[in-house]
Amino acid sequence: MKLTVEGLNSHYGPAHILFDIGFEVGEGEVVALLGRNGAGKSTTFRSIVGLVAQRTGRIMFEGKDVSAKPTHEIVREGLGYVPEERRIFTDLTVEENLEVGKQPKRPNAPYWTREKLFALFPNLGEMKNRPGGRMSGGEQQMLTIARTLMGNPSLVLLDEPSEGLSPKIVEQMVDAILTMKKEGVSIVVSEQNLHFARLISDRAYIIERGRICFGGTMAELDARPDIRDAHLSL
Amino acid sequence: MAFYVVQFLTGLASAASLFLVASGLSIIFGVTRIVNFAHGAFYMIGAYIAFTLTERLSGAFGFWGSIVLAALAVALIGVLVEMVLLRRIYHAPELFQLLATFGLTLMVEDLVVLIWGPDDLVGRRAPGFRGAIDFFGQNVPSYDLFLIVLGPVVLGILWLLFQRTRWGVLVRAATQDRDMVAALGVNQKWLFTSVFAVGVFLAALGGALQIPRDAVHHAMDLRIIVEVFVVVVIGGLGSIVGAFVAAVLVSELNAFGILIFPKISIILVFLVMAAVLIVRPWGLFGKPEAAARKTPGLTVNPWRPLTSNERLAALAALVVAATLPLFAGNYALTVGSEIAIFVIFAVSLHFLMAVGGLASFGHAAYFGLGAYGIAFLAKMAGLPMIVCLLLGPLLGCMGAAVFGFFAVQLSGVYFAMLTLAFAQIVWSIAFQWVSVTGGDNGILGVWPSSWAASPSRFYWLSLGVAALVTIALRAMVFSPFGYALRATRDSLLRSEAIGIDAKRIQWTAFVIAGTTAGIGGALFAYLKGSVFPDNLGISLSVDALVMVLLGGVETVSGAVIGAIVYKALNIWLVSQTDLSKLVLGGFIVLIVVVFPKGIVGMLELLAQRRRKASPPGSSLLAKPIESAE
Repeated sequence: MKLTVEGLNSHYGPAHILFDIGFEVGEGEVVALLGRNGAGKSTTFRSIVGLVAQRTGRIMFEGKDVSAKPTHEIVREGLGYVPEERRIFTDLTVEENLEVGKQPKRPNAPYWTREKLFALFPNLGEMKNRPGGRMSGGEQQMLTIARTLMGNPSLVLLDEPSEGLSPKIVEQMVDAILTMKKEGVSIVVSEQNLHFARLISDRAYIIERGRICFGGTMAELDARPDIRDAHLSL
Repeated sequence: MAFYVVQFLTGLASAASLFLVASGLSIIFGVTRIVNFAHGAFYMIGAYIAFTLTERLSGAFGFWGSIVLAALAVALIGVLVEMVLLRRIYHAPELFQLLATFGLTLMVEDLVVLIWGPDDLVGRRAPGFRGAIDFFGQNVPSYDLFLIVLGPVVLGILWLLFQRTRWGVLVRAATQDRDMVAALGVNQKWLFTSVFAVGVFLAALGGALQIPRDAVHHAMDLRIIVEVFVVVVIGGLGSIVGAFVAAVLVSELNAFGILIFPKISIILVFLVMAAVLIVRPWGLFGKPEAAARKTPGLTVNPWRPLTSNERLAALAALVVAATLPLFAGNYALTVGSEIAIFVIFAVSLHFLMAVGGLASFGHAAYFGLGAYGIAFLAKMAGLPMIVCLLLGPLLGCMGAAVFGFFAVQLSGVYFAMLTLAFAQIVWSIAFQWVSVTGGDNGILGVWPSSWAASPSRFYWLSLGVAALVTIALRAMVFSPFGYALRATRDSLLRSEAIGIDAKRIQWTAFVIAGTTAGIGGALFAYLKGSVFPDNLGISLSVDALVMVLLGGVETVSGAVIGAIVYKALNIWLVSQTDLSKLVLGGFIVLIVVVFPKGIVGMLELLAQRRRKASPPGSSLLAKPIESAE
């Protein structure tokens, strides 16, 4: 398994947010984490990369237990994270944003150069020196993915990549994610949009109120409309 | 004409050091969000070490080598401080960091005297820049010209460092969103340490470069830090260009202010600062601070009024305190009165800080104004004590109304720095306006009327006022005004969205706190029989902060306990050791690291844990949230 999460519990202050979250991602797989707003998708990702201070449970990445490591070390193992709110550095240019994400080449992961990324996201190549703050939402979303890929991750946690984007940009995003998959990057993508998830994912988990309540292939999910209707708003 | 040009050049030369120190402070703040109060101390150590080295090493290389070596040595000390102390408190509220670095400053002040002695040290002239250049009959020291060139050169080097290196890109990214930088695989710890080292290096270099111009002495840290705060407030925290422009502006204002108002030149700088803040509250080149995310877990215990049992207990404690004159001697009663007065002072700051979320670093200004108010009324107008006590605090009230109006336009560290700068201004007026305030000699012979003159009566008076003030402020916490104030503290935006005039509420709170502090100062003047500029000095402001933090900033009335413990400890310490600053500084650092919740906060936590232990396994969401004080 590429990534195994077991018994993950997270708290914000006194509030218990995640309850025994567990899921797996295989080598080269794209797995969707589906759930409504506030279900705990982002907290799950933030917990995996160590951005939530109060968390317990086991996170195995490429056979190694990374749960005790600080964020930057987890990321340096090859576990990339693309945050929900994009969080690009608005004062930095596109080139400089990419520079921040840069990490050395990794033997078991595809190697991304600026040129390769500009081929994947042509818009970015046209605005290398534009400050991040003066880009559209879609361009920012592309930049934040490109920035994470500069770290040559073997697995990427993608938090709601389609959120707030126009249908045209969403199409580009689907292409980009499929290209990443073809290159050999394993992906966990959190989504509210089942349609989008279906276009890219091999399997899906559903999270509701901080608990995983379904796990299976997309076909299995389609066979259970009751679950789909109970936990996802369409 | 030539005279004014020379004056202008002198101003530019002074700007160089100021810029070095301010840019260092700005860089450190940008990334770590720490306002490094110890920056002045690093500047001072840089000067002292450079002095020692230049005395030992000879020749041109010796001199310039010493300057650089001194700055490097201090940078190394800075790295140690960052790794041992600051790393532990990056996630603490920003106030604690300011306080911890203040504790360091206190320690350094005593250490410097221990190592180099209390006398001013006059350093060597810089080789190659010993002479002066004749400018239409006026002399310009050639070293000044060197400094004038150095400022822009350093600005250029810093610009290249930040724009053209990977380190610079990472630092700029971290300035904006340090968690995201970590989430991209950058080790924040070393980034922070390197940034701190660079910032401290700049401060120390600024200090070292001063030795051919000024004597080295053990109070130069406070002088520079106040100017630096003014510079970064005007220029905008985090902006290096802003630091440069503001350093030039402030230095020129000082250079020409001396000509216009020789006695109170700092007023001019203050006026400019006030004007800048009205137009651009975040400084000329700064950016509006994004609303700080509240740390979850802070103030999770909702405040509630005392239960009737707790009221009885508080009353009993008061009665016990009131019996002190029955068995204690005069000295103990004087100490008791002083502690009661400091309870007033501490609860007034606590009201502003804990209830209003506005941490003033210059609260002593209003305490001292109250004291001077008494001195003016009693000595000059000859009014009776009762009238004085009623009118004296009004001076504190007026000061708070004026300064508070500007201060509440800002928040967080800007607020803290601005209040500190205001207090320093009031202090300089008291210190320099000798004809009215008596300057350093103060105003003597302010004695209470006969009805309150005996130590026991004065003690009862102080105790009574302290009790009344504490009760009144506590009642205010649970009044509609208190709710509104706490709403502005917890979320400024949301409180405004429900129709609260946040700035007005905060201003009112500032005035209430300032007036209350003035009441404390008024009693203090009568207790000591005299008033001095120290009554509104920085160290007194910090005393108040420590009392509040010691008691616990998340509590309703922790400041009472904090004031009693701290003042008693302080009086005892001063009687025991000459190195009281060193011990006190160490104590402050210790509190910040070990007891971030304060004494009362810690007791509450313990009580809460015990209660929680009895019904096991119950989640907080499933049952009503426990209330605690």
